[in-house]
Amino acid sequence: MNVIDKPEVLGNKWIGQRTIRPDGADKVTGRAAYAADTAMPGMIWGKVLRSPHPHARIRAIDTSKAEALPGVKAVVTSKDVVHFPLETPVPVGIQDMRWMSRNVMAREKALFHGHPVAAIAATSEAIAAEACRLIEVDYEVLPWAIDIDDALKPDAPILHDFLTFEGKPSNIVGKLEHKLGDVAAGFAEADVVIERSFRTEPVHQGYIEPHAALVSVAPDGKATIWSSSQGQFMVRAMCAYMAGIPQSDIRAIPAEIGGGFGGKTIVYLEPIALLLARKSGRPVKMVMSREEVFRATGPTSGSKSTVKIGATKDGRIVAAQGTFHLQAGALPGSPIRGAAGCAFAPYDIPNVQALGFDVVSNRSKVAAYRAPGAPIGAYAVECVLDELAAALKMDPLEFRLKNAAREGTKAAHGPVFPRIGLVETIEAALAHPHYKAPLGKHQGRGVASGFWFNAGGESSAQVNVTEDGNVVVTTGHPDIGGSRASTANIAAELLGIDYRRVSVLIGDTATIGYSNLTGGSRVTFASAMVVTQATEKVITTLRGRAAKIWKIDPDAVKWENGEALPAGENAGKFPGLSLAEIAARATETGGPIGAGIQLNTTGAEGGFATHICDVEVDLDLGIVRVVRYTAFQDVGRAIHPSYVEGQMQGGVAQGIGWALSEEYIYDKQGRVDNASFLDYRMPVCSDLPMIDTGIIEVPNPKHPQGVRGVGEVPIVPPLAAVSNAVHNALGRRFYSLPMSPPRVLAALEGA
Amino acid sequence: MAKLHVSTTINDEPVEFLCDPHQSLLDALRTTLGLTGTKEGCGTGDCGACSVMLDDRLVCSCLTLAAEAEGKQIATIEGMAQGERLHPLQQKFLEHAALQCGICTPGFLIAAKALLERNPDPSETEVRFWLAGNLCRCTGYDKIVHAVMETAAEMRGAAA
Repeated sequence: MNVIDKPEVLGNKWIGQRTIRPDGADKVTGRAAYAADTAMPGMIWGKVLRSPHPHARIRAIDTSKAEALPGVKAVVTSKDVVHFPLETPVPVGIQDMRWMSRNVMAREKALFHGHPVAAIAATSEAIAAEACRLIEVDYEVLPWAIDIDDALKPDAPILHDFLTFEGKPSNIVGKLEHKLGDVAAGFAEADVVIERSFRTEPVHQGYIEPHAALVSVAPDGKATIWSSSQGQFMVRAMCAYMAGIPQSDIRAIPAEIGGGFGGKTIVYLEPIALLLARKSGRPVKMVMSREEVFRATGPTSGSKSTVKIGATKDGRIVAAQGTFHLQAGALPGSPIRGAAGCAFAPYDIPNVQALGFDVVSNRSKVAAYRAPGAPIGAYAVECVLDELAAALKMDPLEFRLKNAAREGTKAAHGPVFPRIGLVETIEAALAHPHYKAPLGKHQGRGVASGFWFNAGGESSAQVNVTEDGNVVVTTGHPDIGGSRASTANIAAELLGIDYRRVSVLIGDTATIGYSNLTGGSRVTFASAMVVTQATEKVITTLRGRAAKIWKIDPDAVKWENGEALPAGENAGKFPGLSLAEIAARATETGGPIGAGIQLNTTGAEGGFATHICDVEVDLDLGIVRVVRYTAFQDVGRAIHPSYVEGQMQGGVAQGIGWALSEEYIYDKQGRVDNASFLDYRMPVCSDLPMIDTGIIEVPNPKHPQGVRGVGEVPIVPPLAAVSNAVHNALGRRFYSLPMSPPRVLAALEGA
Repeated sequence: MAKLHVSTTINDEPVEFLCDPHQSLLDALRTTLGLTGTKEGCGTGDCGACSVMLDDRLVCSCLTLAAEAEGKQIATIEGMAQGERLHPLQQKFLEHAALQCGICTPGFLIAAKALLERNPDPSETEVRFWLAGNLCRCTGYDKIVHAVMETAAEMRGAAA
């Protein structure tokens, strides 16, 4: 059995079907090659020496003893990395090579415990590890700051004295403000105003596959990189910058990726392995341990936020103000745009001010994590809305519905919304039996909504017809959660052939045009656009070939159900020509059949969700258990409903972890104290109930299939939905996350 | 240190290999024997991505010494399908989209198969607790649990 559902919508044969993913058989049999599964003849192993201090000036590094150890083939330090002076920005996408290069290898200072300071390549992992121990680093240990409050104190150690805020060196390294209307006047109109402050801890993306890379450099300097990333073109660009070589000298091959959630949108190992391979003349493989992943790769920001919202007696929100301080880690770049931009976006509020501050401290540099920043903003806003609804004696969903953003609503972060589906998600939640279901003892129910921008950007696709009349589609986006399946559905739909005749491949940087990252909920949106246009071009060619065979005008040929048919006055004059029949005659009719499209896609339009969460609190153990969860989301169009549901369920599970159990804990020496899956508590199977999903399809008018994007939005509401449920269960509110058993117990015992 | 010689059976085939005394079974499978279907997610027995069967025991191969394979039967993901015929669990995982990135999938399949061999009719709670040693960050476990329960029902039906 290959197809589970009947087509549900618009007479489509494949779009909307639960087809088997093209890479499925490889992934259930262990054949799929992830980054750490690759080896090469003559391969040696790379290891990173990491800073034992959270903040220290690097006075000198002596690698002579390490280099003398038999089996050591290369040693690199920051001297081997291209130097990007601190005063000159070098943007690559949303990153800056000044920070990226210093994150990959510490230069002037080690900025967090675990920061790479040198790397070794040796004939075995054991020798590489031993050689790391022989490297002598002369550190001047400096005072450090881990938490936001410490980093913001007047006498706080400054991480980067060349970065200033309000004229003085500061750990505030960035600010963003969104303004709409006049907040002071708005609050003056309000009958009820509620202002609260919130905290969240940094949480890790938690991909199960640690970072890994294998790099080979030929004697002519041409490099091949196999690595697990969310963008082979990003890997190529950053490695070219850091190694000082042309991008055309690098072929970056995307291995299968074992989860990323944003955390693999930047490089860690690839440039180091490249430098080691170049120096040693041997292929170099590097694989992070889980401990290294926790200590030195990006979690998302911890935060402190203050949100104030005012409403009139009749339940109309008239003003909102939010201040969001986000931890960037050691180098600038926290997702303040997501926090400040998404926080109030679900609501039609005439007067808004949202302020974001980017704060550095001595912890690992944050990386993107699913809807970066948005869950932090939504947590604060959606909890305050709950309190406002209670103060106004309104149902929390009715209150949201009354103030929901709709087509024409001006959002504080800029756009006037086109047709959006927030109202539909709230109405679906209101109508769902879950919302009216009775609650048991010590149980509570919470709701929350959420928004993510979604994203377009650069994408490329090539669609080729094989000589036997099947189809190969190549895109440039690593498939992190089933995107090959939606690509196959779209190509099969347009061509009118069985989806099993469409093979979907992910090209490397040498075989497909530039494609931006797999991230921001952009892949299905953007690749559907380029695949659609390329497939339509192929269909035009196929019609032309049939016309040539029939010696009629191409405009008199139509494409239907996988074959060319004479149309108009020629209708019925010739028997149809199938894809296979046209492909077999390709050489005589004009040559190979295929088409490529490269676009900067636009029109992604926002995605909205509304979630209902039931919890039960164990008063003796302080454990909060989610006992029922239902997520409604407007996805525009679900090309493959199973993988849409999967994104929703996975995002909810991560949000529940963020709300209830995940956090970084630091010891007194400024080191992460829980750098393992045992101590960093992600939800396991027995922690969760089934996560019910309600897919809502309000098609995006700017997309050929109506797609908006799916992956980010599901993690935006859960922090507040769980918090509001805990409040409903206990009658008291937590203003910081996670609501872990020790914290819940402490609160209950203090009560 | 001298290497140890190990004679074992992997996926019903006799195998001999040399290993360091401290080498993990996971490392021997992946690096020495090229069986990379078994994954390493943590190396500390917390994620279950490296699950294999050692005789009739479900183990984390990262916490098992390679030398312990001596004289034992090892079953890995590479041995789960019979030629082109997928195991019912593998088929059901595909039909239910019970994988996204797929890195945890081999471990889940090995663990789920071990469960159904012991308990052909597990409740949802039993499935969830049995699989609690396998981390998945993509799916929220929902489709995995559905796939396992539905496979169990089908296998019971086929056996009846």
